[in-house]
Amino acid sequence: MRNILPVVEAEHPATLSLERRGVGVKLIAGGDWIVPEVPRLDHELQGLHFAGAREGAIDGSTIQKLDSAGGWLLLRTKHAMQDAGLRVTQFTLPDQYRPLMENMDRAKAEALIHGPRGPRNLKEYLERIGRATVHVLQQGYGLLSFLGQITVENLEAVTSPKRELPFPALIHQIEETGLTALPILGLLSFLLGVVIAYQGADQLRRFGAEIFTINLLGVSVLREIGGLIAAIIVAGRSGSAFTAQIGTMRVNEEIDAMQTLGLNIAEVLVVPRVLGLVVSLPLLTFYAGAMGIIGGAVMCYFDLGITIPVFLNQLQEAVTWQTLLVGLIKAPVFAVIIGLVGCYEGLRVERNAASVGKLTTRSVVESIFLVIVFDAGFSIFFSVIGI
Amino acid sequence: MSDRAKTPVIRVRGLVNELGGNLIHDQLDLDVMPGEVMGVVGGSGTGKSVLLRSIVGLNKPKAGSIKVFGAETSELAPQDLRALQLRWGVLFQEGALFSSQTVTENIQVPMRRYTKMSQKLMNEVAAMKISMVGLPPDAGRKFPSELSGGMRKRAGLARALALDPDLVFLDEPTAGLDPISASHFDELVRGLQQSLGLTVFMVTHDIDTLRATTDRIAVLVGKKIKIGTVATLVHDDDPWIQEYFAGPRGRAALSV
Repeated sequence: MRNILPVVEAEHPATLSLERRGVGVKLIAGGDWIVPEVPRLDHELQGLHFAGAREGAIDGSTIQKLDSAGGWLLLRTKHAMQDAGLRVTQFTLPDQYRPLMENMDRAKAEALIHGPRGPRNLKEYLERIGRATVHVLQQGYGLLSFLGQITVENLEAVTSPKRELPFPALIHQIEETGLTALPILGLLSFLLGVVIAYQGADQLRRFGAEIFTINLLGVSVLREIGGLIAAIIVAGRSGSAFTAQIGTMRVNEEIDAMQTLGLNIAEVLVVPRVLGLVVSLPLLTFYAGAMGIIGGAVMCYFDLGITIPVFLNQLQEAVTWQTLLVGLIKAPVFAVIIGLVGCYEGLRVERNAASVGKLTTRSVVESIFLVIVFDAGFSIFFSVIGI
Repeated sequence: MSDRAKTPVIRVRGLVNELGGNLIHDQLDLDVMPGEVMGVVGGSGTGKSVLLRSIVGLNKPKAGSIKVFGAETSELAPQDLRALQLRWGVLFQEGALFSSQTVTENIQVPMRRYTKMSQKLMNEVAAMKISMVGLPPDAGRKFPSELSGGMRKRAGLARALALDPDLVFLDEPTAGLDPISASHFDELVRGLQQSLGLTVFMVTHDIDTLRATTDRIAVLVGKKIKIGTVATLVHDDDPWIQEYFAGPRGRAALSV
């Protein structure tokens, strides 16, 4: 057998001509009326007009090959003739294509009547804005009621003697969200410490106050930066993972299966994740602060020549236990935000692949947004009470 | 025409497939003739889908030759393989519609990629295909998640037929459909096959579908293949084939 390569082009180019005879027009079609030829034919047919004629005919008896796209063009032309007030007297095609044309003739009526939707108008845009607004409000309401439900479940899980904390799942979550985040978080915090020390030293040197670089570093890293960077990394790593895991379970109907088996979704899926984060995020925050300080210390040593004992001495003066506590006290709140948003968006996934990706993105953006809003809130609160 | 009729559309020789160290196919031979509906049956795990995937190039066989339209698929350069792919359409089990696009957009994916049709013409052709596979006109605007399983399969078939291929692969087209939808789908396949002159390669479990639509049947049994019609296979002495056709479901389907 010869190794024939397939041809995509038509063997016999499609032909098309229009004959006018008195009050009649006759469209003569020949060759291959198939997909590769269709764009050209479509263009040529659009240019035809049947003004002045009263009778129309379509002669396709010399067509060699016809497919449904080509058949559609002929059918459409026939309808164009009828719409222009012509009486169609002839519509001939080779016999082998009769079943195709009959099938399409049945199909076409519906296709013509219910064409695809036209351009959007102003009213529709307004409607969309309205829908989106209501949607946002509903989402805020949903998140709030979810918070209430999970709070009750969490409290019950911890306090009720009848209900056991799901310990294996909890430990697993602490490992997943905490332990495995150490390398990336450590590296980033270390680098941030380096950057803050370097930039601080650069500015403070102008006053001859290089030594206060350590104050700047200690306070900013322990109070704000450490907690924020830990929360943002965890939101990116674990919050997104929560949404994707729960979302995929939703797609696979695993959540539905759990419900029919009488399992409490909040208890099985949400509580271990949120509690796991509540345990691991403060630890991560402390770790991030420590790594940031180490990064700053290294920078101070190389850039300013401050030795480690001098650094520690100054740090002790600059930083009180309150500074550290202010940083750490925010961590559980951030943990609850990230965990709740991640699980909530995961449970909202619809049963299609696009939805998982969309809600995972939304979960990360939403949790980082809320973390920063709450951080600002904490700053105002602490300044009001004078810490 | 008579010359073309002698050349098989699909010609498989000595096909060997292994999955995870298990031999699935041992020296399979198979010919599918133009304009024929070939049904492929076999128990679970006998490699029906693997056979289909090997022919369309999603699975690389261990040994053997697969020729589609006379071209050895494994030896083709990527652009030639793509040209060949334009001549067939595949309906996957669950329809495999792109979930982020509407049905109309799904059908237009191959048109947009491989033809220069205007948007208006694509809309018209897509609307016609939607209607030809028996979907209601408003289905075009819907997303796959808004369709039932049977409608998704119809939409998948419309996408497979978007470029008017000569050959269509159907992977379990009636699995998961209720008996009424399944028999409507059988009629649809048969009707389209006749009006478009398609060659159909169909993997199925459904004995009613086999009886209603296929010209010949390939049974995968014991890593080999047996080809025949319903009438001849009923008398085959292989125990699995006997069980398949003479079991309660088989008898019920054939006695109608």
